[in-house]
Amino acid sequence: MSDKLTYITLKIWRQGGPDTPGQFEHHVIEEISEEASFLEMLDILNEQLIEAGKEAIVFDHDCREGICGTCSLMIDGKAHGPEKGTATCQLHMRKFSSGDTITVEPWRASAFPIIKDLMVDRAPLDRIVESGGFISAETGGAPDANLIPIPKPVADAAMDAAECIGCGACVAACPNGAANLFTGAKVTHLNLLPQGQAERYQRVEAMVETMDEYFGSCTNHGECEAACPKSISIDVIAVMNADYLKSKFKNRKKLSRT
Amino acid sequence: MSQTLRRGPVSGTAVGRGAKRKPFLLDFYSTAVGKKYVMAITGIIGIGFVVSHMIGNLKVYIGTVTEGGQEVYDIDVYGEFLRDLLVPILPRTVFLWLLRGVLIGAVLLHIHAAYGLTVMNRKARPVKYQSARDYEVANFASRTMRWTGIIVALFIIWHLADLTWGWANPDFVRGEVYRNLDASLSRIPVAILYVVANIALGIHLFHGTWSLFQSMGWNNPKFNQWRKGAAAGVATLVVVGNCSFPIMVQAGVIEFDPTVTSVHELHEEAAE
Repeated sequence: MSDKLTYITLKIWRQGGPDTPGQFEHHVIEEISEEASFLEMLDILNEQLIEAGKEAIVFDHDCREGICGTCSLMIDGKAHGPEKGTATCQLHMRKFSSGDTITVEPWRASAFPIIKDLMVDRAPLDRIVESGGFISAETGGAPDANLIPIPKPVADAAMDAAECIGCGACVAACPNGAANLFTGAKVTHLNLLPQGQAERYQRVEAMVETMDEYFGSCTNHGECEAACPKSISIDVIAVMNADYLKSKFKNRKKLSRT
Repeated sequence: MSQTLRRGPVSGTAVGRGAKRKPFLLDFYSTAVGKKYVMAITGIIGIGFVVSHMIGNLKVYIGTVTEGGQEVYDIDVYGEFLRDLLVPILPRTVFLWLLRGVLIGAVLLHIHAAYGLTVMNRKARPVKYQSARDYEVANFASRTMRWTGIIVALFIIWHLADLTWGWANPDFVRGEVYRNLDASLSRIPVAILYVVANIALGIHLFHGTWSLFQSMGWNNPKFNQWRKGAAAGVATLVVVGNCSFPIMVQAGVIEFDPTVTSVHELHEEAAE
């Protein structure tokens, strides 16, 4: 029923730890189902490695349905591989051909140190969210649904930004290692909504400045948008930039009073 | 690399760290987004200059005009006009120097911000990808901004030495724009240099003009689809206009006629 691919050569990055040098290692997959996802292919390879008494390849994965943002991988020079708007876990082997050599590398950025092999630490993205990527809500009785009117186009735009799963493909794909698409998505998501207004300008100021501590700067190549598994538009970066300038005026007044 | 397994404190607050901040402009400029605003604003000043410079130069095609009963080159008269800007209000050349001051400041800030951002970007990825990257949308213009920028900066120095100060132009006569232009661009290597430098400028302007909309936060579905077109338009306008001068000098369309009165003679006569 399902066709099989044969003789896939994998050129995979192996690295023992954060501070040890790494190198590419070649593995040949004799036969793999077209229906296998890229991660399943790696699972099968790992089983073979374990059976042969070798160390399995370490890579990030969790939900495997494209919504958690845990999987990564630079596949043939593209973050999350050749499929547009698709995370690595949703990339299937039918997108490749028999006899292909596939190069797999971890995300590379000073903010994303390699833990082992293909697994990187993406904690700086959490630092950005902690600095403002939330709304502060009073506890108490749950408010009635739809109590706050939100125009449909605004809800849609906020939802488009909220699609960000925080995988870090934008940073990985960016020639400058910038996280502007991630931060822009988080800022835009909350700053468009009525619930986000109270902390709107503190949020953007804090998040942009936290981002600065870890990442590069945006030069508007647009690679992040092309790599994003959720196809988030770089429009969110412009929204963040506009709000950041405004925050400098608004928060100035606030600071002068304290 | 040692930050791997060390987690920072969970702050849980959107309030910035401490109220002590640098003065407004320095505070803003210290962040990458702030520097990008500076890049965009100084870029707009640069685009404004480059476009008006090109339009002013088109006066060479008008050739000669009759002023005070004498035949003079229109572009020479325009050169004098620039020095005489706002003359009854300010002394001669003062306003021109103010404009030049803004321009020099803009260029210096543009370079300083670009340098700071480049250093930051290099630090953000100290270990490059070990396999070939496959760029999807980053184009030649966006990826060569640093190089086209350096070419344009070096060209500006040459251009000033050639047609403002006259060091690089043996037949230079101060104030005689048409004569100097012809003398300089009649040299084939110089003509080629001007064409090459202007193509580099055009490539720089193409990405810069599009990019500034994003950096300035000018994003609206009403005009977003026009941004790339506007960038291509500005770049094409400047390249075609500026490259026409060396080509037309080489083709003999622009040729200095020594019998035409120089603006200096005209002014001396007027003074008498």
